[in-house]
Amino acid sequence: MPILIKDRSMVTPREAIAEGDFSIGSNVYRREKKVVSQVIGLVTIKDNFVSVVPLKGKYLPRVGDLVIGKVTDVSLSTWIVDIASPYPGVMRTSTSLARRFDPIKDKTRKIFDVGEVIVAKVFSFDRTRDPMLTVRSDNRGGGNSPYLGKLVGGRVIDVSPSKIPRLIGRRGSMISTIKHYTNCKMIVGQNGRVWFKGNNFEDELLVLRAIQKIDREAHTTGLTDRIKNFLEEAKKNMPTPSKEKQSDKEKRSEKKS
Amino acid sequence: MAKNKEETVLITKDGIRHDGRKREDLREISFDVGVLDRADGSCLIQWGRNKILAAVYGPRELHPKHMQMPGQAYIRCEYRMATFSVPDRKSPAPKRREKEISKLLGEALNPALFTYLYPRSVIDVFIEVLQADGGTRCAAITAASLALADAGIPMRDLVTGVAAGNLSDKIVLDLDDVEDKEGLGDLPIAYLPNLEKVVLLQSDGIFTPDQYKEALDMLVPACKKIYQLQRKAITDKYSQINEAVQKDIEAEEKDKPAKDKKKAEDSKAKDDKKAKKADDGKKSKASDKEEKKKKGLKKSSKKKDDKKQASKEKEAKKD
Repeated sequence: MPILIKDRSMVTPREAIAEGDFSIGSNVYRREKKVVSQVIGLVTIKDNFVSVVPLKGKYLPRVGDLVIGKVTDVSLSTWIVDIASPYPGVMRTSTSLARRFDPIKDKTRKIFDVGEVIVAKVFSFDRTRDPMLTVRSDNRGGGNSPYLGKLVGGRVIDVSPSKIPRLIGRRGSMISTIKHYTNCKMIVGQNGRVWFKGNNFEDELLVLRAIQKIDREAHTTGLTDRIKNFLEEAKKNMPTPSKEKQSDKEKRSEKKS
Repeated sequence: MAKNKEETVLITKDGIRHDGRKREDLREISFDVGVLDRADGSCLIQWGRNKILAAVYGPRELHPKHMQMPGQAYIRCEYRMATFSVPDRKSPAPKRREKEISKLLGEALNPALFTYLYPRSVIDVFIEVLQADGGTRCAAITAASLALADAGIPMRDLVTGVAAGNLSDKIVLDLDDVEDKEGLGDLPIAYLPNLEKVVLLQSDGIFTPDQYKEALDMLVPACKKIYQLQRKAITDKYSQINEAVQKDIEAEEKDKPAKDKKKAEDSKAKDDKKAKKADDGKKSKASDKEEKKKKGLKKSSKKKDDKKQASKEKEAKKD
């Protein structure tokens, strides 16, 4: 059972990775006893398991995923949500709200309107039907499940969905690092959308730059430490916002005079 | 005019063609992968004097809904020639030829893709011929398959295309515009080089059975040659990015010790300042900055205190 390619190296479609009895993961397939890549990506080989992490690609919904979407259509009892995948997310009042929905009294538009951004959970999806979303959190166990519902303010950016695991980090280490240094609120959707909201523009810019850095360097090792250093440095060199505003005002007044 | 055309020698007795190539020579091919920002995948191919841009969008939602296929993605391919792509301005309206080639290329790309992974969706492939010089359909499909790979769409294999032709009963490879128009026959194919399958085969003109076989024998190795170029184009693009990233990282790490030293100096300066609080005559720029930062910190801490106080007051009011 020879492995034909080094772990973590790049492959192109139809490039053989290994030969023999390997168990296969995502983005690879078997052809004439060989394990072959389907996409451009990086190989991961663990013991007997071969898979490829794609460098690009669309998000395919999976049950249980947390996604960030934008409401694109509202009807009497459903919302259609764009979740950056080939399929639109469908959210029904009957399955998605925490409280009872009375179609006579309540209006769907008052809960979520077109253009609003929401975090939701995929609770059913298969090849034949569009993904169903919900904002009802299953808090039965009393555990702290993530916030679901409307997102007010803040910013949303898109990154490649295949890089989301790096952005979250091992047990959320990367996110907590970013949050710690910038005091921003941050929600990461599995569909490659990231929402964040900070106290001021500089902090938000810093988060944005950190996310872009992760998106670019997702395949490298020791990324969490580098992001830590990056944030630390940036935070040090950042002028305090109040001061900057003052100086701006001074400049303006000078110009006027 | 007609006489002039007869006078152009397409191929000499030594097998040299009108542009100096030998029978089995290809024109120069180069790829630019990922040239479009807004497309999911894109590729610009320059094949001799052909310039063709291929863009891929998707898989995405397919409208109208009745076109959706329950078991697989629909491949919507559009081949178009720019009005300025040929010597005499081409009318911008899509002609029979363009529609035919669009359909053909879509069908040729289909077996290379795992369409069943994205049921009910569509993969859009837009091919724009910016400059045409013979063999555009072959160049177009070569570019389109790279654009698909660049979009991260799961593929069985890349697709490569080349044409063979009959120039006064001599079989040659990769016809250009003149040879296409003046020659006796044109035989374009598209091929999956690893699976060794032909996905497109057309022939136009006169070929004897022996010539046909000869042509195919030339085309298959040519396709494999082009495949190597395609693969190199993709790997080069991403390894370039990787190298750039790696360089940045190394630069950062080099900076780090220097910065650490600076930090140490700064802290020293701080200590010195504490000692020399009384005499504030000369200050280096670095220490100046330090002081500013300190002030900033103080300010922010003050602010926080203010906020705390405010919140406390509020609470008190509530009570």
